[in-house]
Amino acid sequence: MTLAVARPEPTSRVSRARSGHSRRRTPYILIAPAAALMSVFLIYPIGSVVYYSLQRYNVTQPWDDAFVGLENFRTLLFHDPVFWSSLGFTAKWVGVEVGLQLVFGLGLALLVNESFIGRGFARALVFSPWAVSGVLTTGIWVLLYNPTTGIFRYLADVGIGHQGTAVLAEPSTVFPAVVITELWRGVPFFAILLLADLQSISGELYDAAAVDGAGRLQRFRYISLPHLRDVIVLATLLRAVWEFNNVDLLYTLTGGGPAQQTMTLPLYVAQKAIDAHDFGYGSALTVIAFVILLFFSILYLKVSKFGRGME
Amino acid sequence: MSSDLHSEPGVSPQAGAPTPRPETESEDRRHSLRPRRSRRRSRRWSLNPRNRPEVIGPLVLYLLFTLVPFYWMLVFAFRPTGSTAILPTHLTLEHFRTVWTGLGFGVFFRNSLLVGVATLVVVSVFALSGGYALARYGFRGRKLFLLALLCTQFIPGAMMLIPLFEIFRQLHLVNNLWALVIAETTFQLPLSLILMSGFIRNIPIDLEEAAWVDGCSRFRGFLAIVLPLLRPALVAVGSFAFIGSWNNFLFALMFMSDQSKFTIPVGLSYTLGEFDVDFGALAAGGVVAAVPVVLVFAVVQRYLVTGLSAGAVKG
Repeated sequence: MTLAVARPEPTSRVSRARSGHSRRRTPYILIAPAAALMSVFLIYPIGSVVYYSLQRYNVTQPWDDAFVGLENFRTLLFHDPVFWSSLGFTAKWVGVEVGLQLVFGLGLALLVNESFIGRGFARALVFSPWAVSGVLTTGIWVLLYNPTTGIFRYLADVGIGHQGTAVLAEPSTVFPAVVITELWRGVPFFAILLLADLQSISGELYDAAAVDGAGRLQRFRYISLPHLRDVIVLATLLRAVWEFNNVDLLYTLTGGGPAQQTMTLPLYVAQKAIDAHDFGYGSALTVIAFVILLFFSILYLKVSKFGRGME
Repeated sequence: MSSDLHSEPGVSPQAGAPTPRPETESEDRRHSLRPRRSRRRSRRWSLNPRNRPEVIGPLVLYLLFTLVPFYWMLVFAFRPTGSTAILPTHLTLEHFRTVWTGLGFGVFFRNSLLVGVATLVVVSVFALSGGYALARYGFRGRKLFLLALLCTQFIPGAMMLIPLFEIFRQLHLVNNLWALVIAETTFQLPLSLILMSGFIRNIPIDLEEAAWVDGCSRFRGFLAIVLPLLRPALVAVGSFAFIGSWNNFLFALMFMSDQSKFTIPVGLSYTLGEFDVDFGALAAGGVVAAVPVVLVFAVVQRYLVTGLSAGAVKG
């Protein structure tokens, strides 16, 4: 994932004449604010979370704080069924969400890459859920899903489905319900990234292929798809990390319920931190989640041979 | 960000220069502006009228999926309590009065706006300075810094809740909106830096060099030459920062316990959490939450795709 290499220093007479000393310091001064913020509020916290994970530490019970070594991890691994079930659901959630978002996002990008009247407006409309927050998404879909005045009631009135299903409370329907909700917001992300890359494909390639008799499917298979490869790998990874970490939506939409069925690992962390104030145990969960995330990210980059075509 | 990953080392970053563009690019642009005329003129395969139905059909279906939820919210927000009409004939603002004054959304809105604007400003300034350093200087530790920026993309916000809370508690910033600005800025900066350095790299350095020869200092040259050309980049980066900050939920939920410091998403979540949810109020609160983002999105959406492909892919 190299970013473009630094521009060589300008070698014009003017810049060479400048004092080498102050010039060498300039870039450090320029990145200093960002670097300082990131060290204090990103890198230091990562270290401190490891420290907290070795403590019994609950803000509401300060008298009970103590160093407990690996006790939190022992509890977590051997005595916490919610941890294990949340791990399973996290895998299912990330896999299904990212897979479906990729498929629909690719489809959507191809659709709005075509020329038709009102294309710019159509793009703006289909991309708009991208800007909507997790909580607002929950609000909107709670209105849509609610059994008394939601959309299913109106569909039932015209003979589709039956009235009064509380899709978010039923164990059998809750998973598709949350998946669709997150798709609504997640597909535009893929579509935007893929469309940006599609537009960098020269139209002449397609024209040449068309002249040679390639059909729409073949043009997609042999021109678009290879071109999109790296973006697909990158977008999938970013999105997988993001869906793994996606707490806002599930926290407000189901709260992990019914019966912990939609509890992801980060959601469990958030509940431990925000609702239970159990910082020690929450930190231990954080450490585990972080290790898992790191492991799968590296594995994914290795397996997909990302950046193979570069350099 | 896709774009940066595509720019190969050694390729000269002249894309921003007014070099002749490939034919497709300019044609594309013309389509979106004046579709009718270009349709008559162009013979490109994608304009073949025969392939319309298979494009329009799925697109309309997808548009329905996108828009029905928005419409549902609007209907709930504007129809009177008790009404179940899907096509509202009688509109009311009663739910907006309830949420704005009764539930305190007026205060939440102000808080969110303050945090959003402050984040926007801080992120833009830091991204400009850091992005310029990354784009224009070779320095020791540059690679490491870039690697750190990329790695931060894997750090989950939810997992930073506990350690950040501890830090803010020690700094006495719990229940202080600045805590949100700091946390937001920190999480937005890495991507903003990457994007901004990509945009700056696309501005030919010759322009700046000319200014230096004319006796401009590096800083004056930046202000006079680079900054005006960066306006689209600033709009994009600033809007991302604003939208991200406006939408953030967990930080505000964790760091603000005083109701007078709640932001819109927190307020909305409490409306949702009521035992007997008032759907009219929820919808009106949703509209209040959506309006600023929709406005910003309307401005930024054309940069979303062209900006990403211009900033990166062309580089």
